[in-house]
Amino acid sequence: MNPNDVLITFPELLIWFPLLSGLIAFFLVKGNSAKQWAVISSFITVAIVAASFFFTDKNYFHFNNVSYVWMPSIGSSFALMYDGMGRMLCLLTALAFPLAFLTTYNTSYSKPNNFYGLMLLSQTGLMGVFCAMDALVFYFFWELAIIPIYFLASQWGGEKRIQATFKFFVYTFAASLLLMVGIIYVYLHTPDSSFSIHSFLKAKLPPGGEKLVFWLFFAAFAVKMPLFPFHTWQPDAYEQATAPVTMILSGVMVKMGVFALIRWLIPVFPYATGLFTNIVIGLSVAGMVYASCVAWVQDDLKRLVAYSSIVHVGLMCAAVFAGNQSGTEGVMLQMFNHGINIIGLWIVVELIEKHFGTRKISELGGIASSAPVLTVFLVIIALANIALPLTNAFVGEFLMFNGLFVYGKWTAAIALTTIILSAVYTLNMVQKVFYGNTNSLTALGAGMVKGSAAAALTVVVIIILLLGVYPKLLLDLTKDTVNVFMNRIMGL
Amino acid sequence: MSKLVYLVPLFPLMGFLINGLARKSLSKSLTGIIGSGVILASFIISVILFFEVKAGHTGVVQLFDFISIGSLQIPFAFQVDQLSAIFMLIITGVGFLIHVYSTAYMQEETSAHYARYFSFLNLFVFSMLLLVLGANYLIMFIGWEGVGLCSYLLIGYWFKNKDFSTAGRKAFIMNRIGDFGFLLAVFWMIQHFGSLNFADVLGKAAGMPLNDTVLVGITLLLFLGAVGKSAQIPLYTWLPDAMAGPTPVSALIHAATMVTAGIYMIARSNILYTLAPTTQGVVAIVGLATAILAASIALKQNDIKKVLAYSTVSQLGYMFLGLGVGAYTGAVFHVMTHAFFKALLFLGAGAVIHAMHQEQDMRKMGGLKKHLPTTHWTFLVACIAISGIPPLSGFFSKDEILAAAFSVNKIYWIIGVLGAVLTAFYMFRLYATTFLGKFRGTQEQEQHLHEAPKAMTWPLIILAVLSAVAGLIGIPAVLGGTHELDHFLSPVFAGSVALQHAPHLDHATEYLLMGVSGGLSALAILYAVSRFSKKPDMEPATGFGKVLENKWYVDELYNTVIVQPLRSLSLLLNNVVEKLGIDGIVNGVGKLVNYGGRQLRLLQNGQVGAYILMMVVAVLILFIIQLFVL
Repeated sequence: MNPNDVLITFPELLIWFPLLSGLIAFFLVKGNSAKQWAVISSFITVAIVAASFFFTDKNYFHFNNVSYVWMPSIGSSFALMYDGMGRMLCLLTALAFPLAFLTTYNTSYSKPNNFYGLMLLSQTGLMGVFCAMDALVFYFFWELAIIPIYFLASQWGGEKRIQATFKFFVYTFAASLLLMVGIIYVYLHTPDSSFSIHSFLKAKLPPGGEKLVFWLFFAAFAVKMPLFPFHTWQPDAYEQATAPVTMILSGVMVKMGVFALIRWLIPVFPYATGLFTNIVIGLSVAGMVYASCVAWVQDDLKRLVAYSSIVHVGLMCAAVFAGNQSGTEGVMLQMFNHGINIIGLWIVVELIEKHFGTRKISELGGIASSAPVLTVFLVIIALANIALPLTNAFVGEFLMFNGLFVYGKWTAAIALTTIILSAVYTLNMVQKVFYGNTNSLTALGAGMVKGSAAAALTVVVIIILLLGVYPKLLLDLTKDTVNVFMNRIMGL
Repeated sequence: MSKLVYLVPLFPLMGFLINGLARKSLSKSLTGIIGSGVILASFIISVILFFEVKAGHTGVVQLFDFISIGSLQIPFAFQVDQLSAIFMLIITGVGFLIHVYSTAYMQEETSAHYARYFSFLNLFVFSMLLLVLGANYLIMFIGWEGVGLCSYLLIGYWFKNKDFSTAGRKAFIMNRIGDFGFLLAVFWMIQHFGSLNFADVLGKAAGMPLNDTVLVGITLLLFLGAVGKSAQIPLYTWLPDAMAGPTPVSALIHAATMVTAGIYMIARSNILYTLAPTTQGVVAIVGLATAILAASIALKQNDIKKVLAYSTVSQLGYMFLGLGVGAYTGAVFHVMTHAFFKALLFLGAGAVIHAMHQEQDMRKMGGLKKHLPTTHWTFLVACIAISGIPPLSGFFSKDEILAAAFSVNKIYWIIGVLGAVLTAFYMFRLYATTFLGKFRGTQEQEQHLHEAPKAMTWPLIILAVLSAVAGLIGIPAVLGGTHELDHFLSPVFAGSVALQHAPHLDHATEYLLMGVSGGLSALAILYAVSRFSKKPDMEPATGFGKVLENKWYVDELYNTVIVQPLRSLSLLLNNVVEKLGIDGIVNGVGKLVNYGGRQLRLLQNGQVGAYILMMVVAVLILFIIQLFVL
């Protein structure tokens, strides 16, 4: 097909549509109109991504790839690519927003037009990050995804949100600056003075410089994931931010970091990657065990989920650096599945907090008696969180641990202890919150799961089981990306 | 026909879904019919498959690609052969009887909980069937963790009771420690053999030298998995606690099927173990040590289910002893006979508990013989069978293991016989205390004593018949039999048999061994009956008895040495390292930036956020202009 016949490519559509609807949302000040608009918009975005799955064939190249000259003077072009990994992460981004909106559909936020407008702007940024093929475009969307979150977290949320947001801001802003410096450094060493990823891959960096810039990039991505010991903004931010923001932060934004490792770090700095693999994997595995232990002693449901997420992300990072096909395929699966599962956990936490007025594990108990339906959903999602076979997370974790085993038997063994620890803290939580007798707070739970929240939970559970039984859907989707990545690091 | 093998796990899965999703609207009788009916359907297909296998039709049935990346292909596939056929029959057959029994036993539950119970039970059977049907280690692992999950759900079935849900959690975590080993073994297999299919792994391993490091490593790690699942030292402590679940659950999961998964797995991987004699030695010693340790604890327990639980741990130890000395058929034989008599013992105990209104302390029972005649007679059959008295089933299977142990190491045999004698003693201590003598409960309890309903007694009778006669399929040549089971299973163990050259025992020795273990067990029975039928063990235990009553204080030891230190470490990490260390540094930096920000604000009179927004808007405008200019 001729490129001129294509009116607009999928990646552009996925960027411009939420941007436009987000800007419109800012002006919908009346009643629920912004909320309704946001829900409709997020559904249309899902539909666009769904439609794009019919155009994956190579014949449809021009539906999925685009490059405009943007700032020719500095060699930056507006280049987007919609490959398997991008498609999967755009699907996750597209699904996350309606799930977040539906869960909190009955909650009224002050200044809803700003709230939903900022949310949709953030969606634009995320889509852009996952499709960008030009470092400057990537950086731009990276910031566009985060900055609305900064406002969302500081304006809406818990009492200590200002401190939490400030910490978040310090971390991410510092990280972004490092990334900017790093990008400019690599740009200066590209053969054709261009920000294009292809030029970045060809850049001839002096070894000393590469080592330094590797860490600049890495720190930026590690903060985002977040990786131990760059993580302390996360439990505070998750705890203080309002539910939809937490869902986007943990479900999707975390993937920006992992994604960036695969697209922008390892292929661009193969020499430094080889040099520092041991350090990064050591850090990741240490962080996994550390965060598992810390998760065990948390009393706030949100903080527990936050630390459990650090464990999962640590494994993803270690598996990426293990640099083999099994590990990378596992990371692909887990990027998607971790997003779905953690959103599911947040839905349950949100329902509990709204209904019983507390998130403290020590104050809850007996919910299985008062809210059996919620318990069924929670147990399934919790089991997915500990990667039980036939739930979505299992195959991803299996492949990642397998990849890590190829890297080093003992490293894999240490990392694998977290499957025991995760059972400890997850089942401990399930027992304390859901089993036992009800108390004055938890006595009344009938009809907790209904309407839009029930729909959201059902979608999450269906995805958990579908991808748990048939992971091939995602494996096939991301196979090409993994092959390209593997060829790159194998030096082919 | 073997293409229909997928129906065997599919029926229980459907039962799980129907009972689980429609639990609010189904009546109890309908729930019971669906729950038991799906297992019966699986059993019928298992029987058909069994006869096909017997006729020589074995094979692998592939359903779909589960994982396929590069050269690693792990299909969702089932293996129909002699070993899986036997296990299918045990699981669905005993499973069906226990489902029928449950329809009456669980009658007091509300209909929603009743349906929850049956859905979990169906899910368990589904998982267990996946475990034995899987044609590779990954599908086996799916079932492996699945049965762990169902065990967790069913132990904690009465979730309002904190001790019960704690027991469920403990079972799951102990199992996960085992799974840790299993998974590492699986990764090692992928690395070494490039496949997880039994055919590939076992085929490639067959050519490897004895005691190859890789094989020893893999088999030891797999054995760690078996230790967790089949409750061996050091991970056995969850099984006695698992008695918190409803009694039929104990019968099905914690006696007849799930806990034998470890034996199945090693029997399936038999060639790996035969090629790793070092691991075999470990398996035999761990099995023997567990057999004797658990038997010693059972001597002093007063809860009827606890005695049976330790007895299960002990019998599983015998099975591992069998595997360790290369008596694979003997181990599978004992799995089968044990499934019958141990399920019978638990269901009989359930009938007693049912009649006694949930009383489980046998010191408060006594003289139940005349009140519960069917339960009594069937229970007696099971007690004789487990004690290894000929010609009941336990005699043949235990004898086969002990004879093999004797030919490998005579000390194994001596300790094994000691364990068998202890078994006979504590089983008849249990029998005499419960069924003989005078009733020691309250008068109210005595008035309400009743035989169980038919749905409960019929399974008891069928299992009693099986416990009595099942040994006939494995009569050794020395007693003039043909050992049908050995013959049937021979294709599965052919590779190992070819490699083993255990000295053949002459007939005189075999007669002597049988005579010694059978005779000593009979003496132990007579002693136990005469001692406990009139005067049960009522005084609080003292001295060494107290150590046994408190299970050698192993739970306390684990708690002090492992759980508490780990908990303290976690608290330390959270309160000191996390809050003061890492966060302290970050907050320090934050304060510095904040201070700098304030100073700058004096100059700029604005907010950082506003500037960033302006920057973004500016870039956005630049961006749009560029696009339109083009």
